Amino acid sequence: MTTTEPTGRTEEAPEPRSWRTWLREHSELGVCVMLLALGVVVLTDALTMDVEIAQRGPIGPKTVPIAVGIGLLAVSVLLAVDVLRGGRGEAEGGEDIDLSEPADWRTVLLLAGVFLATAVLIEPVGFPVAGALLFWGAAYALGSRAVHRDPLIAAGLSLVTYAVFNNLLGVPLPGGPLMGVL
Amino acid sequence: MNAFNSLMDGFGTALTPINLLWAAVGVLLGTAIGVLPGIGPAMAVALLLPVTYGLEPTGAFIMFAGIYYGAMFGGSTTSILLNTPGESAAVVAAMEGNPMARSGRGAQALAAAAIGHFAGGMIGTILLVALAPKVADLAVDIGAPDYFAIMVLAFIAVTSVLGSSRIRGLASLLIGLTLGLVGLDQMTGQQRLTFGSLQLADGIDVVIVAVGLFAIGEALWVAAHLRRTAGRAIPVGRPWLGKKDVKRTWKSWLRGPLIGFPFGAIPAGGAEIPTFLSYVTEKRLSKHKDEWGKGAIEGVAGPESASSASAAGTLVSMLTLGLPTTAVAAVMLAAFQQYGIQPGPLLFERESELVWGLIASLFVGMVLLLALNLPLAPLWAKLLRIPRPYLYAGILFFAAVGAYAVGGEALDLVILLVIGLIGFGMRRYGLPVLPAVIGVILGPNAEQQLRRALQISDGSVSGLVDTPFSVSVYVVVALIMLWPLLRKLARGVLNSRRNVTE
Repeated sequence: MTTTEPTGRTEEAPEPRSWRTWLREHSELGVCVMLLALGVVVLTDALTMDVEIAQRGPIGPKTVPIAVGIGLLAVSVLLAVDVLRGGRGEAEGGEDIDLSEPADWRTVLLLAGVFLATAVLIEPVGFPVAGALLFWGAAYALGSRAVHRDPLIAAGLSLVTYAVFNNLLGVPLPGGPLMGVL
Repeated sequence: MNAFNSLMDGFGTALTPINLLWAAVGVLLGTAIGVLPGIGPAMAVALLLPVTYGLEPTGAFIMFAGIYYGAMFGGSTTSILLNTPGESAAVVAAMEGNPMARSGRGAQALAAAAIGHFAGGMIGTILLVALAPKVADLAVDIGAPDYFAIMVLAFIAVTSVLGSSRIRGLASLLIGLTLGLVGLDQMTGQQRLTFGSLQLADGIDVVIVAVGLFAIGEALWVAAHLRRTAGRAIPVGRPWLGKKDVKRTWKSWLRGPLIGFPFGAIPAGGAEIPTFLSYVTEKRLSKHKDEWGKGAIEGVAGPESASSASAAGTLVSMLTLGLPTTAVAAVMLAAFQQYGIQPGPLLFERESELVWGLIASLFVGMVLLLALNLPLAPLWAKLLRIPRPYLYAGILFFAAVGAYAVGGEALDLVILLVIGLIGFGMRRYGLPVLPAVIGVILGPNAEQQLRRALQISDGSVSGLVDTPFSVSVYVVVALIMLWPLLRKLARGVLNSRRNVTE
C-alpha cells in the first residue's frame, strides 16, 4: 500500500545497518500499518456515527462498517504474523517489467507530479492543453526524447480525444481558452 | 419464447448498422489491446466505461464483449511471436507457440490459435445460448438472501481461489469494501467515511476505482520497473494451415471448449486454469509426444480454444446471476450498474433485447475476428513496435479522460491518482487487484441485500439461509474455505495408507 519504504525511521537505531536491512526486508509490514490505520479510521467513523431513528430494519448503517473495520484489524495482524514468519507478497510480473532492477522511484514521482499538474491545470487551461501536457510530460518521464515528435503526438492525441468525447460521444470536457479562440 | 427465437430477434438487433459498427470497433480495439503488452481487456473496458455516459447500453455492451473476445485472439499473437504473453489467458500459448515460431512455423501457430479461438468461442457461445436461459429460469425466484449468498460466494472465491496468498486476497477485498462504504448509506442517507466532504458524500465512483487500480496502478508499476530492452517479435507471414496440421488439431479445437466453458462459469480465475488443463490433456492424448516443448501444434490449438470458451462461460454467470468470475466481467458489471441495470435472472425478461442482441453480436464478432486475425496477423504484430513511453503515457492520458468524464471534477483526478498509488503498492506487495475491484462493485449491493433479507426475517439470522438456493451456495462457500484443510486431510489419509501398505 505504501509507496515509501519505512527506512527513514531508523536514524537512532543502535545498529543502523542491521536495523535498516531488517526493515527493508520487512517493508511489507508497512502494508500492515496501513491496513491497521484504515481499520481504525473505519471503526472510529462507524462508532461515532449518530444514527437517527430513521433506521429501517434490524441492521443499521453501522453494522457493515464495524464488520469491515474489525476485518481490517484482523487481516492487518494476520498479515504481520505471516510477514514475520517469512511470508512475502510476490511482486507482480509482466511483459514490460524487469524485476531484477531496483525500482525507479524518480520516474514514478515524475509521473505522479505530471498527473497532479494535470488535475490543477485542466480547469483553467482546458482539456486540450492540459491533456497534451500530460501525455508529453508522461512520455518524457518514461524516457522518450524525441524533441519534435513527442509534442506533436501529444497535441494531436489530445485534440482528437477532445473532439471525439465532446462532439461525438456527448461527454463534455472543458475546452478552455484555446477552444474559445478556435 | 424459446432460446432460438430470442436469438433470431437478437440477430435483428445485432445486425443493425450501428450495432455492427460497435461490434467492429470492439473487436478491433480488443485485438489491438490483446496484442499490446501492458494493457489487458479489464483495463481497456475500465478505460472505456465513460462511454456509458453517452452511449445506449446495447451498443456499449456489444463493444465491451467485442473487446473481451478480441483480446483473447490478440493475446495469443504476442505470446507466439514474442514469448511474452499479452494476457494471463495466453501464457500457455507461448509454451508451444513460441518454439513453433522460432522454428519457422509461426504462421501455422497463429492459424491454429486463431481458428482455436473461433471454434472455442463459437461452441462456448452456443452453450451460452442453450444454458443461460435455463439457469435464469431456475434462478428466477431468488430473493435478497440468495443474492447475498451469491455475493458472499464471489467474495470468498475471488480471495481464496486467485493468487497465492489468501490473507493478501482478503486484505485486498477489505480495501475494496472500505472504498465502497464511502458516501451516503443507500437505505438511511447516513454519511459514512465522508469526513464532512460534500464531494465524498456522493461516494467514490466505481469508474474511478476501476481505472485507478487497473490503469494508473499498472502504468506506475510498469514505470518503476520498465524493461529497457524490449523483446523483438519474430517476423511471420500470413497464417495458414496445411492438411496435415488440420488433421492433428481439429480434435483439440473441439476438446478445448469442454474444459474452458465450465471453468469460465465458476469463480476460479478465468482462463488460466482451463488453458493449462487443456494443455496437459492435449499432451497426454498427443501422438507426437516427442514434439512437446519444441512446438507441438495441439498445444496451441487446444488451450486457445479453451480460453475463448471460458469467456463465454464467464458471461453465463455474469448475465444470469450477476456473479463476476473474471476482472473483465467485474468491470462489465460496473457498466451495468452505471446504466442502472441489475444483471441476474430477471435480466433475460426485462432486458431481453439487450441480452439477446449482445449474445448474437458475439457470433458476429467471432466471424469478424477470424477475418481480422487470419490474414492480418503480421500487421497486428507491428503494434508490438510501439515505443513504450507512448504506450504508458497514453494509458495515463485516457485514464485522466475517463476519470474527468465521470463528473467533470478536477478533484476526481486527485482521487484517481491516490487509488492508482494504492494499486501500485498492491502490485509491489502481491495484493491481487481483482478482490478490491469486486469489493467496490458488489460491496454496497451486498450490504443492501443483507439488510433487506434481515428486514424480511425481522432480524433473525435464519432469514439468510431459508431458501434451498442460498443453502447450496453456502455449502459451496464452505467447501472453498475448507479446501486447504480438506486437501491436507486427504493427503494425510493417503500417506498413512501408504505407510500401512509399506
